[in-house]
Amino acid sequence: MERTALRRRLSWQVATVTDIRPETATARTLVLDVPDWAGHLAGQHLDVRLTAPDGYRASRSYSVSSDWRGDTIELTVEVVPDGEVSPYLVDVVKVGDQFEVRGPVGGWFVWKPEQEGPVQLIGGGSGIAPLMAMLRAHATSGSTTPVRLIYSVRRPASVIFVGDLKELAASEHVDVRLVYTREAPAGEPRVGRIDADVIGQYAFTPVDAPTSYVCGPTPFVETVADLLVEAGHDPARVRTERFGPTGG
Amino acid sequence: MKSEASDATHLDGNAAAGALSALFAVDITSAIARCSGCGQTGVFADTRLYVDAPGLVARCAGCDGVLMRVVTTPTDTYVDLRGLTYLKVPNE
Repeated sequence: MERTALRRRLSWQVATVTDIRPETATARTLVLDVPDWAGHLAGQHLDVRLTAPDGYRASRSYSVSSDWRGDTIELTVEVVPDGEVSPYLVDVVKVGDQFEVRGPVGGWFVWKPEQEGPVQLIGGGSGIAPLMAMLRAHATSGSTTPVRLIYSVRRPASVIFVGDLKELAASEHVDVRLVYTREAPAGEPRVGRIDADVIGQYAFTPVDAPTSYVCGPTPFVETVADLLVEAGHDPARVRTERFGPTGG
Repeated sequence: MKSEASDATHLDGNAAAGALSALFAVDITSAIARCSGCGQTGVFADTRLYVDAPGLVARCAGCDGVLMRVVTTPTDTYVDLRGLTYLKVPNE
């Protein structure tokens, strides 16, 4: 009977915004209180559903960017111009507002602290969100698993979680590399997308047998996944999660 | 994983997790799926998911054939699994 209860169909529940943190000019983190949240694994996501006064509904998936510590959850959302959901979450929602969520969902793009082997994280833009949940779970659990993050951003001002990343990079077990595609900070000569050289220089090698997690816009994910496979990584150990432009 | 013929309007099977969790007791996105068209077999999360169609349409990353459609009306949800030979899920 208990198992039946646990395996009930997942349904919508009300989330309340308890805090908001700006991340960049176009992204912010919403801290949510969800009373019946069952806890989540790092990398899982949820669906957000908004209902207009006329009954029109729109839903989108967002990664949880926090690790589960038994209280609130955090969503980090970047605005998609002309989107139906993200402009509301980034520009309109205020503390105390409520909307519906359904989750946690997704059992594939997840990292568990007990998982064996090094972890290669590669994110593009707001694709950093589920990777940040993994980095936070890694720190919270005191894991000594080696983790490398390659994070592709347009320019320095586009870096989400800039403070958190500086702290995490201080860990001897975590390596953080930023790749700038449009404009780099002073002292960083390279401007350009992730390519075979970046993978060769900063990523774990196939001999290290990492599990790779690649998240970002669809073209980014497909390019990076192909680069990893071309570099000799086992496709079965390259996990991918795509978002946009049909998001928003 | 293959980038041929990708037009970037698709997401992937991960994005269907919410809709599928409302229907199934186990996580279908981490299940192994076999395409009835070309026989490609892999994790459902790696399928191409189109969310701009009416409902959700999952297509095979190998042959682009339709694997699954999920369409919700105000009263019911239709699940069309015609493109899948099987879904393999662990017993526990």
